[in-house]
Amino acid sequence: MRRERIVDVLVVGAGPAGLATAAGLAASGVGEVEVVDRERQAGGIPRHCLHGGFGRLGMTGPQYAERCVAAAVGTGAVLRTGVSVTAWAAPLTVDTTSPRGLERITARAVVLATGARERPRAARLVPGTRPAGVYTTGELQQAADLHRQRIGTRAVVVGAEPVSFTALDTLRRAGVAVAALVTEHPRHQARPARALDARLRHKVPLLTDATVVELVGRGRLSGVGLRHRDGRTAHVACDTVVFTGDFVPDHELARRAGLLLDPGTRGPAVDGAFRTDGRGVFAVGNVLHAAEPARAVAREGTLAAEAVRRYLSDGDWPSAAVRLRVAAPLAWIAPNRLTPDDPTGAFTLRTTEFLARPTLVITQDGRTLHRTRARRPAVPNRPFRVAGDWTGRVDVRGGAVRIALG
Amino acid sequence: MAVTRRGVPPDVAYDVTVIGAGVVGTAVARELARHVGLRVALVEAADDVGEGTSKANTAILHTGFDAVPGSLESRLVREGQRLLTAYAAESGIPVEPVGALLVAWDGEQLAALPGLLEKAERNGYPAARLLGPAEVRAREPHLGPGALGALDVPGESVICPWTTTLAYATQAVRSGVDLLLNCRVEAVSQAGESHLLSTSRGPLRTRYLVNAAGLHADTVDRLLGHDAFTVTPRRGQLIVYDKLARDLVRHILLPVPTALGKGVLVAPTVYGNVLLGPTAEELDDKTATGTTAEGIAALREKGHRILPELHDEEITAVYAGLRAATDQDDYRISAHKEQRYVTVGGIRSTGLTASLAIAAHVTELLAGTGLDLPEPHDPEPVRMPNIGEAFPRPYQRADLIAADPAYGEIVCHCERVTRGEIRDALAAAVPPGSPDGLRRRTRARGGRCQGFYCGAEVRELYERGAEMGTG
Repeated sequence: MRRERIVDVLVVGAGPAGLATAAGLAASGVGEVEVVDRERQAGGIPRHCLHGGFGRLGMTGPQYAERCVAAAVGTGAVLRTGVSVTAWAAPLTVDTTSPRGLERITARAVVLATGARERPRAARLVPGTRPAGVYTTGELQQAADLHRQRIGTRAVVVGAEPVSFTALDTLRRAGVAVAALVTEHPRHQARPARALDARLRHKVPLLTDATVVELVGRGRLSGVGLRHRDGRTAHVACDTVVFTGDFVPDHELARRAGLLLDPGTRGPAVDGAFRTDGRGVFAVGNVLHAAEPARAVAREGTLAAEAVRRYLSDGDWPSAAVRLRVAAPLAWIAPNRLTPDDPTGAFTLRTTEFLARPTLVITQDGRTLHRTRARRPAVPNRPFRVAGDWTGRVDVRGGAVRIALG
Repeated sequence: MAVTRRGVPPDVAYDVTVIGAGVVGTAVARELARHVGLRVALVEAADDVGEGTSKANTAILHTGFDAVPGSLESRLVREGQRLLTAYAAESGIPVEPVGALLVAWDGEQLAALPGLLEKAERNGYPAARLLGPAEVRAREPHLGPGALGALDVPGESVICPWTTTLAYATQAVRSGVDLLLNCRVEAVSQAGESHLLSTSRGPLRTRYLVNAAGLHADTVDRLLGHDAFTVTPRRGQLIVYDKLARDLVRHILLPVPTALGKGVLVAPTVYGNVLLGPTAEELDDKTATGTTAEGIAALREKGHRILPELHDEEITAVYAGLRAATDQDDYRISAHKEQRYVTVGGIRSTGLTASLAIAAHVTELLAGTGLDLPEPHDPEPVRMPNIGEAFPRPYQRADLIAADPAYGEIVCHCERVTRGEIRDALAAAVPPGSPDGLRRRTRARGGRCQGFYCGAEVRELYERGAEMGTG
């Protein structure tokens, strides 16, 4: 009892990346472009980021989300919300559930733009009791700003990257005092002005080289146990803890499709044209690299639209690809497949340690392809980039390309 | 309303009061409710049914193949397995008959298998058999290296412990049992032919008393002047891996019990996850349900040896439960005729499987102490919402969605829980007492994102539903 339908392009996920892809495709007249999103409202994560800084004009998240939606709808893409993709029926056919019933949608090309989420407490293996008052930033923002729920009185924020400071703002708006920001790193990873503002104006202490090792409390959280790198421990009384950052791609659909995943990003492995190893299946946005800012993923969407359009017109799909691998302390690189006809412009990387102007050495089968020194330091939880002008030297029949520190 | 969470207990003389609304207490209450005309109370210290040992265990429907032959536990598990299998089918409790393999990883364990096979036969379970290493590998292709053989126990199943307890409670309440939650029994005194219970909600009068207080059964027993056993909480920490790991394991992979203890299992869950655990830690604190870094690390190390690919899978939940261990290797069920009192103590991890048989046994004991039991009637069958993966869930059912679009509106995306299911749980005969109770009824907020997407909305639905309810 599934209604069966056919469209030209199905985009899964109506966040900035999916909407930009759909807008680009619909504008280029490739036929019927449909975007489905499981949430009741389109726009993705920016919908619950009430703070500014989105897009070139620095609008708030909801404004930015609205603009992305309007752009996609304005070009003629069909946007359907409250529609969950629940399974694959064939390599380019998905099953969906919505209040209108069950459907089976087949497309000439499928674009996965399923985004990312923060790892919650359990996935971070923080032991202790299981009290109420434990949040991720995503849940906190929705609870405080969209649902106006009571949060608590005194919070510890785990993480000191840009999103952690966003959590501070949300807590402040909700009237929650912040006992401390806790980071396992030796320094925060946000813009200096932002960190300074939190420390001086809002008097939020930053505890570095420290991890939350225990949650305490019955019913409601009563405190967290901390351990410093040097072994010292402390107890901080609080009724709220927010686990920020530590983003992972929402890769369920990619994985259920049997697509090749990248072990670093944990998202589907793609080339510079956003092609996965499944013919006709593209992936774009933070499902590839959790997490980049909305503007960056929207730009990817525009590029992906061009790649999908090309595929729809020429039908070409690379049969071979070379994998890209990073060595610690590098965490991942994206894109992470190289194909012969690849228009790769630049690569995004992440490090797990602070690196003062790292030198990257790119090799294949022991042969050095490229050596380059970054112009800026590399900071954990923040992107740094390397240009793709060396990809022409890659042997497409060779082994994996390795990116390591020089 | 037959379910209350506050206010003084009704001023009636109950015929029987059951202390403890875990899987055993609810089963006893349900069994008593079959005898129409009995006035039965079920009192529970927590704010929901199944809040103690019953909610945090390994969720296995045992065959009882490895019980001590001739023990009460052996008999009740064997009977209970048959009863619960039938009851689950009738009530829609999720069960998956995946079978178990006791995998031997060293010579000592391999040598123990024939003895276990023989024990299974003595326990009236003839279906077990020994497997060689090649067959083990063929049955479980993702197993780590070094498995030397296994005992195949095809009758073992995984079950939903939450729905089981809830089904019993629902049927009991619908049959007229008063369920008093947030109602801790603090003292017991005698007033003529009655027990007078002092509870945290006020006095409660009852002629007969059943102690199914689980971890606190020894405390309640002492309130009645007995000092027969001590419950030592044995903590079991468990890790739940994401559903994307489910394809890695096909059977319940049981450890081979040796002199060093019962060990750690890897098992599928009826919700489509993979469970790893438990640890076994003897404690004295009956509230110590926290997890520890050491416990988690030890489990992961063991789990990754059994199933190396678990290493790359995301973890959805980590929790700990306490088993009600006593100093004896058997259940401690005894009747005290002169006190019109039955103690149901020492019910360990097999209690879920044995629950219906324990209930029948306890009811017989009550009759033996003089309780006049009206003729039993089969209660109105109960049909529980399906939260397991073996049968279609509401989001997969065109018929349900066509009749009510709320079943097509997915609120919790990781677990695919619909607004319709949440609404139904909040309006049920035994509504949840907390968002966690709602999770155990629907799985909402129990998935890999732990509320990143749906947490605020689920809490809002819960709070709105709780306001409308009478709880």
